[in-house]
Amino acid sequence: MYLIKEIKEIAPKIKKMVLEAPLLAKKHKAGQFVMVINTEKGERIPLTIADKDPEKGEITLIFQEVGKSTIEMGLRKPGEYIYDVVGPLGRPTHIINYGNVVCIGGGVGTAPLYPITKKMKETGNYIITILGARNKDLFILEKEMESVSDEFYQTTDDGTKGRHGLVTDELQALIDSGKKIDLVLAIGPAIMMKFVSLLTKKYNIPTMVSLNSIMVDGTGMCGACRVSVGGVTKFVCVDGPEFDGHQVNFDELLKRQAMYKDMEEIALKKFLEELKKKEPCGGCHA
Amino acid sequence: MPDKKWIPQPKRPRTPIPEQKPEERRRNFKEVALGYTAELAIQEAYRCLQCKNPLCVEGCPVGIDIPGFIRHIGEGRFEEAYYTLKKYNFLPAICGRVCPQESQCEKFCIMGKRFKPVAIGRLERFAADYFMESGKKEDFKIDPPSGKKVAIIGSGPAGLTCAGELAKKGHKVTIFEALHKPGGVLVYGIPEFRLPKRIVDIEVENLKKMGVEIKTSAIIGKLYTIDELLEEEGFDAVFIGTGAGLPYFMGIPGENLNGVYSANEFLTRVNLMRAYMFPEADTPVKIGEKVAVVGCGNTALDAARTALRLGAKETHIVYRRSKGEIPAREEEVQHAIEEGVQFNLLTNPIEIIGDENGWVKALKCIRTRCGEPDESGRRRPIPIEGSEFEFPVDTVIMAIGQGPNPLIQETQPDIEVKRWGIIKIDEEGRTSKKGVFAGGDIVTGGATVILAMGQGKKAAQAIDEYLKTGKWA
Ligand SMILES: Cc1cc2nc3c(=O)[nH]c(=O)nc-3n(C[C@H](O)[C@H](O)[C@H](O)COP(=O)(O)OP(=O)(O)OC[C@H]3O[C@@H](n4cnc5c(N)ncnc54)[C@H](O)[C@@H]3O)c2cc1C
Ligand SMILES: Cc1cc2nc3c(=O)[nH]c(=O)nc-3n(C[C@H](O)[C@H](O)[C@H](O)COP(=O)(O)OP(=O)(O)OC[C@H]3O[C@@H](n4cnc5c(N)ncnc54)[C@H](O)[C@@H]3O)c2cc1C
Ligand code: SF4
Ligand code: FES
Repeated sequence: MYLIKEIKEIAPKIKKMVLEAPLLAKKHKAGQFVMVINTEKGERIPLTIADKDPEKGEITLIFQEVGKSTIEMGLRKPGEYIYDVVGPLGRPTHIINYGNVVCIGGGVGTAPLYPITKKMKETGNYIITILGARNKDLFILEKEMESVSDEFYQTTDDGTKGRHGLVTDELQALIDSGKKIDLVLAIGPAIMMKFVSLLTKKYNIPTMVSLNSIMVDGTGMCGACRVSVGGVTKFVCVDGPEFDGHQVNFDELLKRQAMYKDMEEIALKKFLEELKKKEPCGGCHA
Repeated sequence: MPDKKWIPQPKRPRTPIPEQKPEERRRNFKEVALGYTAELAIQEAYRCLQCKNPLCVEGCPVGIDIPGFIRHIGEGRFEEAYYTLKKYNFLPAICGRVCPQESQCEKFCIMGKRFKPVAIGRLERFAADYFMESGKKEDFKIDPPSGKKVAIIGSGPAGLTCAGELAKKGHKVTIFEALHKPGGVLVYGIPEFRLPKRIVDIEVENLKKMGVEIKTSAIIGKLYTIDELLEEEGFDAVFIGTGAGLPYFMGIPGENLNGVYSANEFLTRVNLMRAYMFPEADTPVKIGEKVAVVGCGNTALDAARTALRLGAKETHIVYRRSKGEIPAREEEVQHAIEEGVQFNLLTNPIEIIGDENGWVKALKCIRTRCGEPDESGRRRPIPIEGSEFEFPVDTVIMAIGQGPNPLIQETQPDIEVKRWGIIKIDEEGRTSKKGVFAGGDIVTGGATVILAMGQGKKAAQAIDEYLKTGKWA
């Protein structure tokens, strides 16, 4: 049981949750994630540790409400308990002095990106950040990211903030400006990581992506999280979550992510109906 | 003990065990075999000849006093029968259900030479269930505290047994388990209809009553390394019982299509995460109308029978060898056939074919014939040229085996491993690292519950010795 210390909405449908988890706060390294089980009958869902405070013994999760599990978790209150949290899982990010590193965050992908960027900065890298969102309200961790960046750019699909366009447009502009780029690190929706990787491949820029495959155990036991990387099957939970973006079969990943779509809709519908019965204003989520 | 006169009744037929009817059970998760009643158990016990040189005992990996406990049953002293079993076997209710008796004790039973062997496994199960249901408190004889601490990694049969043995000797034992429920394959792999989870829970509770602490959701190699356990957390010895949980795939085209599962994923979703209750429980599982399970071990049959119970119209086993080579327990093969699982032997998958949306639509196979025996002693399957065929399926479950999870070896390179990441141990269960022992599937590759327990017990003796003498040689 893990005590919820704090929970709040930081952008529409994106919540930040602080949990009391002293051991995890101590052991976590940038790039690692946990499996969270919200209630006794809950799924095991992977979420990145977005921040931690080893002194206070706390970890921060930032999650987007996309389906039943995350929406239900978003309704929890401080003082309540999360059924279980397992971790830290996955390999920590390989952080060395690369030189000029472009850190690209798409949507809630900025949450896992932040601890890595912070560490990259501390290790002496020159950090160029590009954050992308659909509109200006959907950015998270803007200040935090800016504070660890040497250059900071934003893009929006609708032009309400920063460049009107996609993160790949900003990246293209950077490349065109002749800036030397030693590494691109991209975390966001699979489709975004796919297009970033396609672009950097053209220019032979090493690219690291963090994959969000469907997982069950998170310990290498079930194989649910498998992806093809360089034609070889890898398990995201133990071999990743970070991989060479140029080697990843994104189309396969995208298809596998949709494997339970119909069932997830059933679960969500049922949950929202029950919620409406309990508290009519639960409809905000529908 | 003064014996009542034992009158063997060898000519009496082997006592059948009451079972749920196949038509009913193929759609429910309740236990298939209902177990002997007291009368049936006594009746079966009387078939035992009480051999002076019992061959059955030699066939048992942990050397249970088989004639002894059977005699107790025959005499109606069921509690004693249970304690006799417990002396050798920490988990009799589990072994009585899942051990491959036909290739162990019962294979050697003298009765089998002319008639049918005594139903040793069913009697074992009876004695254990009887005790559990009697509500009697188990009498744990525990030595005074030794002041020593032992960490057990993994709560499968190897870890549970090792923990129990060490707790009896007065050592302070902590089990670290990666998943949120203890039991290993017993809870995430073997389905409810073969091994009710209630039974595993009772055994785990017994361990707790003996003072064993169980830390679930604690992954060694991530939360702590073994070095940290030994140097910072104050453990005097460590036992690794992490099992064989890494699923193998065949390496054929199409294995990452939607609708292709490893048996581990499929069974974990259903057993551990209770996907059969979806959407009451949150974890989904997808099951098509026509399911193909590749492989023919216990895991494959469990997956096939589970698929039927989840509503598949047809379930097929696809296995590249012939009937004589089937590795699963005989009883389970029989049960599967009764329930309607279809067996496609001498057939090997060569490709999984998907539709335009990335979903499985067919399995492409080739027929095989048996060649000369290979290094495993089983006859090698040889593909028959030109015999390729496709059969339409919408779910494929890969159950071709599993290997050791590499997590520990990666973070503890000073523990020597053999091929496929199997941890190397000596006869006592010692690894190449001082104070660290190992046993179960992590040292054998996928094997059996009783072998894992046997190794857990043996290692416990060696650990006790080490804790007492400090000698490592
Ligand atoms: C290593 C890793 C780190 C992640 N970190 C974060 C994070 O920091 N913040 C965040 O908001 N999200 C993160 N995710 C994604 C997050 O796990 C999913 O959004 C969540 O599981 C959705 O659950 P749901 O029941 O609410 O939605 P559902 O209705 O179940 O599914 C909606 C969509 O979410 C995805 N999904 C569903 N179940 C899983 C699962 N078990 N594992 C992965 N994806 C799934 C699928 O694409 C699905 O279509 C991470 C995923 C991985 C693999
Ligand atoms: C579906 C299926 C059916 C089977 N049917 C039978 C049968 O009928 N009869 C039979 O005799 N055998 C059967 N077997 C085989 C039998 O279950 C195994 O041989 C036995 O469980 C091995 O026991 P173990 O203790 O070595 O490991 P496991 O039972 O595999 O347990 C290992 C435990 O260690 C945990 N673990 C792993 N890594 C770590 C870590 N780093 N930190 C903490 N914990 C960790 C795992 O989560 C797991 O709980 C079956 C196996 C399967 C998969
Ligand atoms: S070999 Fe058979 S008959 Fe003889 S003691 Fe063992 S179970 Fe009884
Ligand atoms: S999530 Fe099960 S192996 Fe990765």
